[in-house]
Amino acid sequence: MNILRKKSAANLPFSETVIELFIRLCGLSSIIFVFGIFFFVFREGAGFLFNGLGLGQFLTSPEWYPTSLSNKRYGTFALILGTFSVTALAMCIAVPFGLGAAIFVSEFCSPKLRETFKIIIELLAAIPSVVWGFIGLTLMNQLIITVFNAPIGLTMLNGSIMLALMSVPIIVSIAEDALKAVPDSYREAAEALGATRWQVIYRVLLPAAKNGLLAAVLLGAARSIGETMAVLMATGHSVNIPSGPLSWIRTLTATIAAELGEVARGDEHYQVLFIIGVLLFTITFVVNLIADLVIKGIRQE
Amino acid sequence: MNTDIQVSPETMFTETEIGKQKRWIENVMRIFFLVMTSLMIIPLLLIIGYLLYKALPVLSLEFLFTNPKDNMRAGGLWAPFLGTIYLVVVSLLVAAPIGVFAAVYLNEYARESWFTRITNLAVVNLAGVPSIVHALFGVGAFVLFAGLGESILAASLTLAIMTLPVIIASTTEALKAVPMSFREACWNLGATRWQTIRRIVIPNSISGILTGVILQVSRAAGETAPIMFTGAVFYKAIAEGNLFAYNITEQCMALSLHLFTISTQVPDVTEGIPYGTAVVLVGSVLLVNAVSIVLRIYVRTRKKW
Repeated sequence: MNILRKKSAANLPFSETVIELFIRLCGLSSIIFVFGIFFFVFREGAGFLFNGLGLGQFLTSPEWYPTSLSNKRYGTFALILGTFSVTALAMCIAVPFGLGAAIFVSEFCSPKLRETFKIIIELLAAIPSVVWGFIGLTLMNQLIITVFNAPIGLTMLNGSIMLALMSVPIIVSIAEDALKAVPDSYREAAEALGATRWQVIYRVLLPAAKNGLLAAVLLGAARSIGETMAVLMATGHSVNIPSGPLSWIRTLTATIAAELGEVARGDEHYQVLFIIGVLLFTITFVVNLIADLVIKGIRQE
Repeated sequence: MNTDIQVSPETMFTETEIGKQKRWIENVMRIFFLVMTSLMIIPLLLIIGYLLYKALPVLSLEFLFTNPKDNMRAGGLWAPFLGTIYLVVVSLLVAAPIGVFAAVYLNEYARESWFTRITNLAVVNLAGVPSIVHALFGVGAFVLFAGLGESILAASLTLAIMTLPVIIASTTEALKAVPMSFREACWNLGATRWQTIRRIVIPNSISGILTGVILQVSRAAGETAPIMFTGAVFYKAIAEGNLFAYNITEQCMALSLHLFTISTQVPDVTEGIPYGTAVVLVGSVLLVNAVSIVLRIYVRTRKKW
């Protein structure tokens, strides 16, 4: 095989060599871009990261006063907490619904109904984040004010519901793939022993697919952590250590989106926003990597 | 032989207690999961219905073809709508070839190795990078480093990189669906790798590839964060009705950013206009998605192997 390939490579016309080179370059593109993203975001913030900004204070201080005249402070603890609390609450809402829907679509549905549900879920995933933010700002805001008798509806709960609706499609599609990947012989064996559909799901499928389901939840969470416009518009956007679902919060992503337009290039504040970008990149990179390893783990089994 | 257990014909086919219980749980669970699924679908319909209802007073063709007026408090959507089209088309021109060829490389050239593993991991991670980090990258790489300034070109390149994984993933799937025997037959006739790809593999998977390209369009049209600082502006007046009103080295308005601006930054906007903008944005995105879905179903029914 190798000999054949080498021989044919030698006889290739020039145009084909060029095309192959181009294809190989494109194949490399995603690696180049991932490194490029890290490099360029890091480059803009590096100056201040290495001299001036204390990393300990940056990560643990809740005081975010980037525009203070006398004493500028860049603590992102409240923002990190904001990001993680809104994501956690979103996952509390999205995971039961997402996994429930995945189980229904993959185990209880007729093929025709399954196709319909999948199309609807795909359309749900297509709605742009700014539209979710707008719905949070208008419809959900009113709803929360009426239901909880709150003074203002732009809260962590509002943002979490929007994030839940945005990440449910991802959870459903990946969890459904994981359930489908369980061999049919498992189902048949359990059914032959007299198990009902629910018993098969609960005792056989869920344990067998647990890695895939975990990956689904992780990817849903990664999506929520990285989401910008919806949380910017729906969570009240005030720096605050969250005290409950009805408190206002601000996230890492929303901070960059709201403040990058107002800073001068090369400014300390400008560089800090890029360092937050590096932090976000790192968090989502790690979560995605874990999810990938978890999925690969199943395949090898 | 003495048998203690007597099975009478009456009890043999009636359900035991435990069987009844099993069936009851089964039904409860089925309904429970059905409710879970519907609870996700109802919001979608509810939201679209609500937006449409609120937007009805302003929706008209004129709304689409006039510029925003009065500091964006009134008027239509022409400038942002055209801007979004520009951004999408330019980003598509960049992302489609790179994405398709990247998938061709992964599926047709690369052999299973640690290197392909890393490439696939990079695709997954590229898809997982938050949109606002893409924006920072666009500012750092295209606006400043490449010296493009805040322009349609810089914003489109940012969008292109962001949406690349969509094209790569769906093209890979389309290429995988072409049976190996097709390629082998072609190689046996003495065709080179590229000839096989161009004459056999791509023609047999073109509809699947198109599905991914269309999905990229829908994704790019809806994004806000990546274009905010790389080329989209709050307001820019352009000639109404002129399709070539923008220059790709200049900034433009965009539907998604326009919706953000008029719903958060501009006071006293005419009641229906933000809703109208949202309906136009969601409508175009869902329409493009629907085309992709219809195409996919068509491909599946037409499949010859």
